[in-house]
Amino acid sequence: MRILVGEGSCGIAAGAGKVYKLLDNKIKSESLDVKLNVTGCVGMCYLEPIVDIYSDNGELTRLVRVDEKCVDSILEYIKTNDIESVKEFIVSDEDKEFLNQQTRIALRHCGVINPEEIDEYIADDGYKALTKVLTTMSPEQVIEEIKKSGLAGRGGAGFPTWFKWDAARKSKGKEKYLICNADEGDPGAFMDRAVIESDPHNLIEGMLIGAYAIGAQEAIVYVRAEYPLAILRLKEAIKQARERGYIGKNILGTEFSCEMKIKAGAGAFVCGEETALIESLEGQRGMPRLKPPFPAESGYWHKPSNINNVETYANVAWIINNGGEAFAAMGTEDSKGTKVFALTGKIKRGGLVEIPMGKTLHDVIFDIGGGIRDGRKFKAVQMGGPSGGCIPAELDDTMIDYKKLGATGAIMGSGGMVVMDDSTCMVGMAKFFLDFTTKESCGKCIYCRIGTKRMMEILERISNGEGKEGDIELLEELCMSIRDGSLCGLGQTAPNPVLTTLRYFRDEYEAHIKEKRCPAGECTSLLTYSIDADKCKGCTLCSKKCPVNAISGSAKKVHIIDIEKCIKCGNCKAVCKFGAVRCS
Amino acid sequence: MSGKCTNNVDLSLLGDVMKEYKNIKGSLITILQNAQEIYGYLPDEVIKYISSETKIPAARILGVATFYTQFRFQPVGKYLIILCQGTACHVNGSNMILDAISAELGISDGQTTDDGLFTIKTVACLGCCSLSPVMMINENTYGNLTTDKAVKIIRDLRGEQ
Repeated sequence: MRILVGEGSCGIAAGAGKVYKLLDNKIKSESLDVKLNVTGCVGMCYLEPIVDIYSDNGELTRLVRVDEKCVDSILEYIKTNDIESVKEFIVSDEDKEFLNQQTRIALRHCGVINPEEIDEYIADDGYKALTKVLTTMSPEQVIEEIKKSGLAGRGGAGFPTWFKWDAARKSKGKEKYLICNADEGDPGAFMDRAVIESDPHNLIEGMLIGAYAIGAQEAIVYVRAEYPLAILRLKEAIKQARERGYIGKNILGTEFSCEMKIKAGAGAFVCGEETALIESLEGQRGMPRLKPPFPAESGYWHKPSNINNVETYANVAWIINNGGEAFAAMGTEDSKGTKVFALTGKIKRGGLVEIPMGKTLHDVIFDIGGGIRDGRKFKAVQMGGPSGGCIPAELDDTMIDYKKLGATGAIMGSGGMVVMDDSTCMVGMAKFFLDFTTKESCGKCIYCRIGTKRMMEILERISNGEGKEGDIELLEELCMSIRDGSLCGLGQTAPNPVLTTLRYFRDEYEAHIKEKRCPAGECTSLLTYSIDADKCKGCTLCSKKCPVNAISGSAKKVHIIDIEKCIKCGNCKAVCKFGAVRCS
Repeated sequence: MSGKCTNNVDLSLLGDVMKEYKNIKGSLITILQNAQEIYGYLPDEVIKYISSETKIPAARILGVATFYTQFRFQPVGKYLIILCQGTACHVNGSNMILDAISAELGISDGQTTDDGLFTIKTVACLGCCSLSPVMMINENTYGNLTTDKAVKIIRDLRGEQ
């Protein structure tokens, strides 16, 4: 019997570490004949911690929301082999659908193998693609295979991968670098972290194949410092790969040599932009460079360099093993293969979703994600983080495809998919993203640095009920100027969240400005709290929880809120068990 | 820049780091990260020492250090509360959590309590979106927070003192 505990960051946050320790102690103290191991993240984040039990004939029993109490039931199961003992924790058929409807390529090993053991990766065709490439293919043939696959950059822009590789290969000079952008900065996106934590060798193999294709002798992974577990697992994986001769001099006895190292980022969103990332790698402030020259010509230390993100490299070994055509057979005319999304927000089943391109947003949100939590109404989905936009519910039949998503004003992006219900204010959402880009602007371009600040002030004004006629037009004008007047992607796309919410939810902006009303009931300055005399039971709870003593009334009597004193914190509404606190 | 630094900083702790990295070009950020790991923040003396060892002007080192949110120029409290303000956390009410913690501790984002116990720092995204709203205190992550739950966690930590 084999037991796997899912220890990705979210699993650990949900308590998987404690579960593992308890199991380990008990298995050792009772000398049970069980192999206990960790695995990465299977992507069913809403069911963490997850424990997988494989019987000797390979049959899987998946237990979900495992707490410390469940550990005893698992031990009981180990001893008696009676499934009844763990029955209440077994994943439901409905939840199984979350995975059944996915097609996994980049995530194929996630939650399946032990990321800290190179042998488990090798046993599942690991490093087979690298061996094939180094022993039977020329760099040009590798690039040709990637071209056939139609693989495009999964970091967001969707630029053809083969084109970048080809340009870097053809650039003059012997010293070349291959870089992996693992500076996953979009708030609400965590696919890359999951790949590194759960299947680091897949990333390493993809990078080595890329390095061979462009002729690089050194590969560097730039990882966000906020991902300590990813850095730890990648470090260990690089060490193991080096010991087995996959990294270093004369790899697998061939002429090809390549070193690999990790550089930790230091917390700057703009470093996700490739030239800013290079500046940061060189130990400088992460400010973008003027393009051209593109990194393929002059990148790290002004040598030819190729940069792709984690998910892009994570597809490479599969493409080499299965052929470019197999990858291109999935997806649409414009967008080939699969894409991983981090499905979060007001969704019932949140987690990592990998699907072939061409599925609709509705497929992902309702069939895989199970729809909206708490029976509320689906309002919009935000894609592409601060560079992307909000797509309204009525466009949920939009296909997941670079062009089709682009036509809505949003972008495919790196894969953040944040679902919103009718309690989310779209002005507030635009403000949230703009606040982010305002803070993360490196300051090099005036429009990005000051323009976003001015836009922020207007949005603040609107959500405080001080919006005026002409504010929307002024916002639109600023959006255009910032888009045109910024050097890098951060500034050029910063207006997107505002532009898309203006396009689809203009009436919500107008309600804030003209009627001084927030239709979603989120902008606190525009809200008035009151107590419904018919529903109030006089339980006194609201008055106890009010931080400013604005609620008066005695036990079993109807309570009243003093609007002058009220700071609109919402505590009373949150604690009222009778739904008596109104907010309008 | 912090200005005064009253503690005596033991620069010898940085010896190994300097030996390993000072001659590798492009290592400034790595050196600063190691220094912060050792001292908990970047004291003036450390910046000056790195400058003298690497021959990079202190002004440039500070230029780099202040660009990145990871670097701190003041000591932090015993408990560093990192509160996620990512999109998923935002949609699920992380603002209310920040308000509740700030009210409980009497400090705002980036500040440290007078007793040196707690520092609050907001970050863009911790990547635990399915557990939102989320905060990290030192090595531990706390998910699915409510205002009451967050305040209780803080009170429990204070109670342990």
